[in-house]
Amino acid sequence: MNNDPLGLGDIGPARFESVPAVREGLADVGYLADEGIAGVVYLADRLAKPVLIEGPAGTGKTQLAKSVAELTGSRLIRLQCYEGLDESKALYEWNYRKQLLRIQAGNVEDVEDAKAGEHHSPTWAELEEDIFSEEFLLTRPLLEAIRAKEPVVLLVDEVDRVELETEALLLEVLSEYQVSIPELGTVRATTLPMVFLTSNNTRELSEALKRRCLYLHIDYPDIDRERAIISHRVPGITDELADQIARIVRSLRTIQLRKLPSVSETLDWARTLVVLGITTIDAEAAKDSLHILLKYQSDIERAAKELLTASAD
Amino acid sequence: MLNLLSGFVEELRRGGLPVSLTEHLDAAEAVHYIPFEDREALKYALGATLVKSSSHWHAFETTFDIYFARGLGSGEDGGGGGPSGEDTEGQRFRGDAQGQAGGGGAMDQMTPEELATMLYQALLEGNQSLMRLVARNAVTRYAGIEKGRPVGGTYYLYRTLRNLELDRVLERLVAQARAARPDADDLSALDERLLGDEYRGRVDQMRKAVEDEIRRRLVEDRGAEALAKSVRKPLPEDLDVMHATRDELATLQRALQPLSRKLAVRLARRRRHRRRGPLDFRATVRRSLSTGGVPVEPRFRHPRPAKPEIMVIADISGSVASFARFTLHLVYAIQSQFSKVRSFVFVDGIDEVTRFFEQVDDPAEAVQRINSEADVVWVDGHSDYGHALSIFYDRWAGEVTTRTSVLVLGDARNNYHATEDWVLGELRRKARKLYWLNPEPRDYWGSGDSVIGTYGAHCDAVVECRTLRQLEKFVGDLE
Repeated sequence: MNNDPLGLGDIGPARFESVPAVREGLADVGYLADEGIAGVVYLADRLAKPVLIEGPAGTGKTQLAKSVAELTGSRLIRLQCYEGLDESKALYEWNYRKQLLRIQAGNVEDVEDAKAGEHHSPTWAELEEDIFSEEFLLTRPLLEAIRAKEPVVLLVDEVDRVELETEALLLEVLSEYQVSIPELGTVRATTLPMVFLTSNNTRELSEALKRRCLYLHIDYPDIDRERAIISHRVPGITDELADQIARIVRSLRTIQLRKLPSVSETLDWARTLVVLGITTIDAEAAKDSLHILLKYQSDIERAAKELLTASAD
Repeated sequence: MLNLLSGFVEELRRGGLPVSLTEHLDAAEAVHYIPFEDREALKYALGATLVKSSSHWHAFETTFDIYFARGLGSGEDGGGGGPSGEDTEGQRFRGDAQGQAGGGGAMDQMTPEELATMLYQALLEGNQSLMRLVARNAVTRYAGIEKGRPVGGTYYLYRTLRNLELDRVLERLVAQARAARPDADDLSALDERLLGDEYRGRVDQMRKAVEDEIRRRLVEDRGAEALAKSVRKPLPEDLDVMHATRDELATLQRALQPLSRKLAVRLARRRRHRRRGPLDFRATVRRSLSTGGVPVEPRFRHPRPAKPEIMVIADISGSVASFARFTLHLVYAIQSQFSKVRSFVFVDGIDEVTRFFEQVDDPAEAVQRINSEADVVWVDGHSDYGHALSIFYDRWAGEVTTRTSVLVLGDARNNYHATEDWVLGELRRKARKLYWLNPEPRDYWGSGDSVIGTYGAHCDAVVECRTLRQLEKFVGDLE
């Protein structure tokens, strides 16, 4: 088959051997991936494609990128998106203050040269070449990731926060792994970065962006994985307590709540219970600490009503 | 494999999923890196390359199960005997639980009692392979699949599940678990609930196993493509709200929340970015200091366009009720984007229901209360648009201003009462805009007792609004 599907030249040696290898590797750095997550990470490396991660808040979307960076020993470059992000913050910017200084400095030299009787003022072309050189370039995360010599993981966080038009900035980077700078030419990646984009799904992303990415939806984990995550991330927790927590959280997620408890909130809750020295959760303990898990008063009341009082059926 | 994939992609497109050519190519390439026997990995590989929205995942999963049904292609457990592991499991079971020595015979010959015990055991242990075995036997015994019938299998599923009586098994399991506790008396509500959820989860798994099994047999019978056609369903955003089943309504309800959140974000953004405001002189000067007093970047003030006021008048009789509820829910979910929202519901009488929404923070709850508490029946509980509109005019028309947009929701089926359409004429004169949303297909408008034509003549626009997609578009464009 075609080994060079993107015309990128060598897409580099495989970072991972197989899907199970990814899974084990991630577990070693403290991220318990399920089959789907590990599979997509593996494919992302093989196909040299960015991964677009969606899912509810607090399910480990950002953490995945961090863990992959740790696993592959790469540097993590993070671009936090926000409304109003533009190319001077995402790609590169000319350091025009410095450029201004350079031009003024040139003028001063001219005057001094003139005094000394020498006539060697730089021509405009020379000057232009000078002030539009790399020395005056401020690299921003995207360009930095492309220019990096060492392996990097690029994390574009909360990409749904930028406007639709700004998304277009990302396209060249994501599909060709290059950045065009009119004054300098095109900068291509020497080592392909692994790219993760996360989205909280507050708006529909453009088709063009989605098409270029592998799509990964990280949902709330199932009970076994959640239990494993709790045991793994909360030191000193007993298996029984972890099991009980996982089961309570699962039941909570079946209730209609405004905001369902996320994995990170579950972990906070588990840590709290451990600190408080609670070994089994009874109704009293649950009631007193539900506010760590749920963030709305109406949710807390409803959960307490559903879970802690005997129901008719 | 590539042919199979092409067929699969074709089917996804027919189901309404937007799969582009590039994505198809990506999938084809991804498949090279995935061992074909690994069904789960294959599913995620195809999912990651072909499906780019979580709301489409369900449709993808169904189609995937049909095209890459368990045991097809690899031929490991198609047809007669299952994989050896499951068979021995079954044998062990026949052996020790039923005490029937020398079972040995084909699985089809299991008695209903044996099957029931096995089901109970499977659910008690949460044993996946035993569940699959039970599913296989149950389908053989109860589903009564007729070869060659062009059906999607819903009826087979119903028949099998009815005979398995999962609800009763569930009760038994919970009762048994309760009895097994030494301190049965002080089993708290919390424990009880957790236990119930645990078993309910397993019963759902069981149901899914039966579904898979039926699907597998249907594929064997008629081929993937034919079956896919029978089970094809519209995506949630394209469901016809008026004719949705209860399950579909639940799907819609789930789809509504992310949709309204997205809509709110979009509207808020549009309001902020529509135009640039006037030049902000102070900010421009301050900014210019870093460039030696040269105003390189002019700054503008943020524009603050006025928010519209909305009045919703909704018919909540019979068939259009679910549509009215969705619209109210949506409008209130994004009410921060309007300066004021007031809502009225009617059948033949009319009542203001704004107060319900003010008391709670979840619109769904308020929508439920409307049904039980709003005073909307005047005579007989059949829609009477004329009466409802004239009452509206008498009591509330004074509060309609030039900043108000009025939305009327309903199919305009007036049961041959007087139309009183002058009310709409008056409203249009007073209001900023008057819209009519009709949840009926456009083809039916004006047929029978529908007087949408008469009413429509007074409106700024009459919009066909049958699906969430149409509804979202309308609300998104609202001014």
